[in-house]
Amino acid sequence: MNFIKKYEFSFVQKSQRIILFLFLIILILGLLEALVLSPEDYLQGDSVRIMYVHVPSAWISLGIFSLMALLSVMVFIFKNKFFFLIAKSLAPSGFVFSLIALVTGSIWGKPTWGTWWAWDARITSMLILCIFYLMYLIAWRIFENKDYVYKVTSIIAILGVINIPIIKFSVDWWSTLHQPSSVNILAKTTIHSSMLIPLVIMTAAFALFSLLIFLMKYNTELIKIKNKGLDRL
Amino acid sequence: MYNKKVKLRALFLFLSILSAILIIFLVLKSLEENVVYFLSPTEIKNLNETTAEKIRVGGMVKDQSIKINSDKINFIITDFKNEINVVYSGIIPNLFQENKGVVAEGVLKDKSFFEAEKILAKHDENYMPPEVKASLGEN
Repeated sequence: MNFIKKYEFSFVQKSQRIILFLFLIILILGLLEALVLSPEDYLQGDSVRIMYVHVPSAWISLGIFSLMALLSVMVFIFKNKFFFLIAKSLAPSGFVFSLIALVTGSIWGKPTWGTWWAWDARITSMLILCIFYLMYLIAWRIFENKDYVYKVTSIIAILGVINIPIIKFSVDWWSTLHQPSSVNILAKTTIHSSMLIPLVIMTAAFALFSLLIFLMKYNTELIKIKNKGLDRL
Repeated sequence: MYNKKVKLRALFLFLSILSAILIIFLVLKSLEENVVYFLSPTEIKNLNETTAEKIRVGGMVKDQSIKINSDKINFIITDFKNEINVVYSGIIPNLFQENKGVVAEGVLKDKSFFEAEKILAKHDENYMPPEVKASLGEN
């Protein structure tokens, strides 16, 4: 499959600049909303502002892993190894965001709950996600054999995706220290609109950042293949 | 349309994922009592026997139940069906308040008396500015 064409390179590079520009604008807007314009919480005070980083990071790390698993399923069914490159390029930003979600949650937990860490279902399953990301990234590094690395990474992604609904619904299924979700599609959203706005903007900013990192990584992968003189995967 | 091989691979993958989900479901189901972070006062009441092991009790701090005498703090955890008396001495988190969620870690003396070694405040899913909370209180 010969997919490396000149226009693809230039398209990827041009769109990177546009996305970087968009990301910076939305990030500034989001930070302004989150840190200055939005009110403090009636109970938590200013520590509610950690949420504007914590929640978007968690959402995006869950979303990226789901996407990686979907791509791995597609590879397995359609034997189209092009999707591997996308999944591989998505993984680093997903990993970083899962780590950010854990760390910011810990920082928020100390003043709010009174502890840095609790082995409740939500936090533990989120740690498992972070470990799956790490396993996925390490697997790409340690296995030399191409066919083998494809198999191992897609098994990690597909097995790990079972954890995603467990993370999402852990707060409903079991008693956890972590609060249930505030932003709901089917049920009532229990977060005031003045706090929902910065949350949405920050989510958009983080999504754009992931897209940017994805495109850079994807571009690098294409260059690597080109330099090796391989025009197919 | 996709050929037979593609369909078979899709079916194989579907079955593998389904069985993996079922296995994990069964494992979690059997580990239920370890997965829950705390027990409610009702669950404490329904325990067959009280153990000397460390457990966690969670629920709401009952309205006007916090009593502080010198170095000890007494309060009642309720789930609006059953209650449990808690005694604790030590640092309490900032968000520990009446009518708010709490998780206490410690030893159960009997089914209505709990000696806590650690208090965690449980935050609920409501986020709002102070003005909105104040106007809600007036209504």
